[in-house]
Amino acid sequence: MADYKFIGQPVLRVDGEAKISGAAQFVDDLEFGPNLLYAAIVESTRAHARIDGIDTAKAAAVPGVVKIVSGRDFPFKFGLYMHDRFVFAQDRVRFVGEQVAAVIAREPAAALRAAGLVKVRYSDLPLVLNTEDALRSGAPLIHPGLGEYEHVPWFFPRAGTNIAHFRKIRKGDVDKGFAEADLVFAETYTVPRYAHCAIEPHGAIGLFDHAGRLTVWTASQSPFTQRHLFSEALAPLGLSHHNVRVITPFVGGGFGGKAGVSMEILAAALATSVKGCPVKILWSRAQEFYNTYQRQGVKATVKLGVKKDGTITALEETLHWDAGAYVEYGANVVNAAGLSATGPYRIANVKIDSVCVYTNLPPGGPYRGFGYSEFIFGLESHMNEAAKKLGIDAVAFRRKNAIRPGDTLAYGAAMNPSGLVECIDRVAAEIEWDKKSKSVDPDKAIGKGFALFWKAPAMPPNAASTVFLKFNEDGSLNILASAMEIGQGYQTVMAQIAAEILTVPPAKIRVETPDTDRNPYEWQTVASHITWGCGKAVERAAIDAREQIFDLIVRALGKEREALYLEAEQVKSRREPGWALPLKDFVIAGIVQPDGTYRGGPIVGRGMFMPEFASASSDPETGQGGHPNVHYTVGASGAIIEIDKQTGKIKVLKAVLAVDVGKALNPDLLKGQVTGGFLQGLATVLYEDMRFDDKGRLLNANFSDYKIPTAMDIPQEVVPIFIETPQPDGPFGARGMGEHTMIPAAPIIANAVEDALGVRITSMPISAEKIIEALSGNRQ
Amino acid sequence: MNQRIEFVLNSEKRSVEPRANQTLLEMLRDTLGVKSPKCGCDRGDCGSCTVMIDGRAVRSCLVLAVEVDGHEVKTLEGLMPGGKFSALQKSFLAHNSFQCGFCTPGVIVAVSELLEKNPHPDRNEIKEALSGNLCRCTGYTPIIEAVVAHAGREE
Repeated sequence: MADYKFIGQPVLRVDGEAKISGAAQFVDDLEFGPNLLYAAIVESTRAHARIDGIDTAKAAAVPGVVKIVSGRDFPFKFGLYMHDRFVFAQDRVRFVGEQVAAVIAREPAAALRAAGLVKVRYSDLPLVLNTEDALRSGAPLIHPGLGEYEHVPWFFPRAGTNIAHFRKIRKGDVDKGFAEADLVFAETYTVPRYAHCAIEPHGAIGLFDHAGRLTVWTASQSPFTQRHLFSEALAPLGLSHHNVRVITPFVGGGFGGKAGVSMEILAAALATSVKGCPVKILWSRAQEFYNTYQRQGVKATVKLGVKKDGTITALEETLHWDAGAYVEYGANVVNAAGLSATGPYRIANVKIDSVCVYTNLPPGGPYRGFGYSEFIFGLESHMNEAAKKLGIDAVAFRRKNAIRPGDTLAYGAAMNPSGLVECIDRVAAEIEWDKKSKSVDPDKAIGKGFALFWKAPAMPPNAASTVFLKFNEDGSLNILASAMEIGQGYQTVMAQIAAEILTVPPAKIRVETPDTDRNPYEWQTVASHITWGCGKAVERAAIDAREQIFDLIVRALGKEREALYLEAEQVKSRREPGWALPLKDFVIAGIVQPDGTYRGGPIVGRGMFMPEFASASSDPETGQGGHPNVHYTVGASGAIIEIDKQTGKIKVLKAVLAVDVGKALNPDLLKGQVTGGFLQGLATVLYEDMRFDDKGRLLNANFSDYKIPTAMDIPQEVVPIFIETPQPDGPFGARGMGEHTMIPAAPIIANAVEDALGVRITSMPISAEKIIEALSGNRQ
Repeated sequence: MNQRIEFVLNSEKRSVEPRANQTLLEMLRDTLGVKSPKCGCDRGDCGSCTVMIDGRAVRSCLVLAVEVDGHEVKTLEGLMPGGKFSALQKSFLAHNSFQCGFCTPGVIVAVSELLEKNPHPDRNEIKEALSGNLCRCTGYTPIIEAVVAHAGREE
């Protein structure tokens, strides 16, 4: 076991002082001076309609209004994986809240008032508000032009339908697998839509200056992806990557909602219409709910074949995703879920259809868990039912079928090193799975639930991270990267990695938020890949700097290279115990020679990481042949709950999550991901739920009607357990786990409810009302 | 018609002429450049804009600027004696009681009010005091731990 000084230590956050003092700047805290303009959006009041005309005369007369623009000013498409969306609606609107026009004014109030006076004439088109209606033959088409849309090669849209992407996985022979089974049964599970609810709303400021360069300040998880998509979308205006710049200060929570591009395209586009003036657009909390990404709903039919001894012989799953009006990012959620919908199980025969369906609801997109939370609810509920029907213990059943390193995944590649069985055993021991708890209070029921989880980063095969590392005169360091500090503590972990290699303590390492002109490329801060991918780039940059240092010492001082090492911010030699040269003496100044000349100069390290083994190419009919996922992080979880049989209210007495993180680089930060992520997951299963009316209008776009947890709603106890089976290509063996801790929350609660009451609830959320309904149904 | 008001902001006398319909939050952020109170919902649900008026924690998005005429307002900036971190802030640092940090200024103000009134709160009292401040990142436990450790140490 290597002896580390900074890795594995509870190092204090390097962004801590900024955040506890109010010094940390978020996008709305930046100042732009008296020339700043404000934009307000004219939003569609219809879920599906043709736009017949836009009358702006009254709005234009409002004092302070500078400009009014609409779709005809910006006939440009944008999107990450599929170009199905315009900056502003063109000939038709496809969801309530979609941007139809914008008013730019000197004051926010004037912009808002004028936006309310823009009159849009619509002719209603037939609505499609759920996947059943959307998939019916002869259903109204939400995107009649689907066949012409550009998309990544691993999407398979079906022209002339509402199917934006159809991911198929075929492994082995499911018919044969079901024939071999002693028990075959199916059930359908449904999951509604959810909102991210980062406390900081989206915001962006665009400035198109008189020199023709566009700068956009955003609250974003993806500054480089934003620069790329802005440049692509606005290319008809003569913009290119070279004259587009994205600057991103601290982000007040992302959870996937600030990945890619959503409302930020408006600031970029609007800026081009008011050259020389910065223009700001801030989402209200309501807009935050209905016009960013939403977590997609899913209807999952799970059919499982099992032998009496507990061996799973076949799995067939059909996932119908309510992906909303535009799927430019959401379709990749559907893709990722389809690839991994077996969960962490070894199953010889698999058939998965993961279908991305257009509806006239707000656009679906990335949300912490990226589709896995959604399918794991049904899958892990079903696994419990299978064990119960067979009379096998639910943990023993999972243990028997748990995926092992080297097993063949559903798409044909081999499973990476991981310790799932150890996770299972540790959780089972921690919640005393073999002991049945019983409440002494007859009005209360106690139940235990168990579930496995896994997740792979969903990325294009060439998603890359780059890092520069530069020394300062005092031997301190700056790490220049373009990953985002969205709360997870990435800056601190990057500082720890560099510290371990260069022996400069993290407190002397600064990691700043990115500016695409100054910081090197990072794909996006999503997919829980930053610790692994960007961390590897930091490791390489630090090694690069160290090698430059050693080269210089050899060249300037004639030391033996193999004997050199770094310790406590000094270069030392195993050959000369008494000799030491502090880094601060030469990392900028260089090393002086007897003749007064210098050798060396400022040390700048460079590191890059791209997973060169990944490939999204595969047979569309089977999903076989590629290596779409770089690796999986696996885990097991359990909970003990108490249900009040009079009110239906669920109290979590104890939750345990074991995750194989490869290497716990900073255990305190990992613990923060568990307590925070689990509560976010718990809320999706207990009460969060987006409600729409029959016109497609969101009914609960605020924190009073869409309840997120408060300090009063936390579990009594959450126990994190970290298993360390090293990831061979990860920095110090680490792999990511930021999303994973919310993934199993739903099935462990569903399974604990079943254990406590004997009732299987197949739709989320498992609200108090549903518990009471189920109990009264049972009593009948 | 706008009205001139005088009030104490973080121990300094200020004289301002806010718009009649301007909220305290807007005046602090946009007119006076005090940025630690954040706008998360603009309707009193999230608590990110929490400041103190005469020692009471309030949501500054629900208060009109003119209402603070003659009163004392404190933001997080005013809770750092001599510009130095308070013991409570240090406890937040030590316990990783924040992630993205957006809700943190409001949370620290809310906890400061609690500790003024009740220097040794128990866990339930801490949770109750925090229940008006939404945090989507931490799961609240590290915040509660920081307050417990801080209040315990002062005993």
